[in-house]
Amino acid sequence: MKANFLLISSSLLLALLGWHLLATLGGLPAFMLPGPLQVAERFGRALQDGTLLRHTLVTLAEVLLGLAAGVGAATVLGYLLARSLPLERLLSPYIIASQAIPVVAIAPLLMIWFKTGLLAKVLICALIVFFPVLVNTVVGVRSVPDDLRDLMRSLQATRWQTLRLLEAPAALPVFLGGLRIGATLSVIGAVVGEFVAADAGLGFLINVGRGLYDTALVFVAVFTLVTLALLLYGLVALLERYLLAWQRKP
Amino acid sequence: MAEAAPVLVVRQLSTVFPDRDGGLQALEEVSFAVYPEQFVCVLGPSGCGKTTLLRVLAGLLRPTRGEVLFEGQPLRGPQRQVGLVFQKANLMPWRTVLENILLPLEVQGLPRPAALAKAQAMLDLVGLQGFAQSLPRDLSGGMAQRVAIARSLVHDPELLLLDEPFGSLDALTRERMGGELLRIWQAHRKTVVMVTHSISEALLLADRVLVLSPRPGRLCLDLSVDLPRPRLEEVRYTPGFAALSLRLRQAITLETPHPLPPPLKGRG
Repeated sequence: MKANFLLISSSLLLALLGWHLLATLGGLPAFMLPGPLQVAERFGRALQDGTLLRHTLVTLAEVLLGLAAGVGAATVLGYLLARSLPLERLLSPYIIASQAIPVVAIAPLLMIWFKTGLLAKVLICALIVFFPVLVNTVVGVRSVPDDLRDLMRSLQATRWQTLRLLEAPAALPVFLGGLRIGATLSVIGAVVGEFVAADAGLGFLINVGRGLYDTALVFVAVFTLVTLALLLYGLVALLERYLLAWQRKP
Repeated sequence: MAEAAPVLVVRQLSTVFPDRDGGLQALEEVSFAVYPEQFVCVLGPSGCGKTTLLRVLAGLLRPTRGEVLFEGQPLRGPQRQVGLVFQKANLMPWRTVLENILLPLEVQGLPRPAALAKAQAMLDLVGLQGFAQSLPRDLSGGMAQRVAIARSLVHDPELLLLDEPFGSLDALTRERMGGELLRIWQAHRKTVVMVTHSISEALLLADRVLVLSPRPGRLCLDLSVDLPRPRLEEVRYTPGFAALSLRLRQAITLETPHPLPPPLKGRG
């Protein structure tokens, strides 16, 4: 664990050093490649005047709402698809087709339909989260062993009891794997929405920085996005540790 | 024993699984009755429909023809007065041993303190006192199957159905588990129907052995086992045991005239 930490921090330091050398000795102007020190300085300013926090909170709200909507819809639909073959046959062509269209391509459409407010971004975010969670819910519910289903039937368990005592815990490991992917994708969804049309959020901040040749600000926004995605991923990993303790080797 | 009303009556039971060739007949015209506190073993070669029969008795599978009466009533689905033990222990890996045993009571909605007391008593009965908080992955095969037996008994069912419960265990553990099962049966006096493909296991445990023929499974022998109880391992080496063994062996061999499967029908 300690050796791991040492390895990660030293590799980070090396990357920063390489970046610094490239920026100072490479002869590139600051609007092309600002060095880590300039980015750090810009970060401090953005933090101080409150811009960074304001835009981060907007993006975070979009991400969390989109994640909740996408995961909610995918879980319910995924369970129904897993339990009903006709329903799956009926809906899966549409679901797969919806995945063939890049979200970037339909984002402008959503903007036209739902205006440029919060709702459109939440929808884009939910759309991008939806598929991995749906697929993993279906796979998870299908993976419930037949013998355990027979056991619940022989005990005359109600549908709700079977869901609560058998299907949910049995599908959880695979479901959480989908949530892990969805959590990181949700950040992309929010930024795509903000790129198309927005007056706030980290995606908007990147656009602003680009327009002003404030490249350091672009870097600040990108790093904040990465941190956001890492935090969400970590949160799901933490949830896994807690909920799937039974899987871990002692 | 015959004067008491039977727990289970099976009348002309046939089961056909639909397939492309018009159906795979698993059981054909099987009839028998099981009386209270009897220990009945169903013996037969692999693929003779033993498991199918047990699934029908458990109410998990509807027979194609014929009927099953459980305590005088036609069986229409799973019954709570039935305990089931599967080939594999079939425990929930996310639940501790105690929580696994609690499951039937939880489904029945028994208040937690009463349920805990019962589950604890079952844990003691199968000799796993120290393992209440263990997870299934930390148990050996024999221990896991003990938990499964405890779970099948915790809601105090009338009838216990076991589907080759010791089939996946090594020979020594298997013998010991048979002894355990006898002890539990003698303490609780349940009616037991157990599927097995081991002749000696059937003779050690059962009052009666039903022999099924290869597919389609037909009842070809209904043998009373009059060996004195309690039966210890040594009973295997007595002449009575040997004679019964031979009869069962012959019944199985006679019913297996073609060691090769019949040729496949052309697709039409």
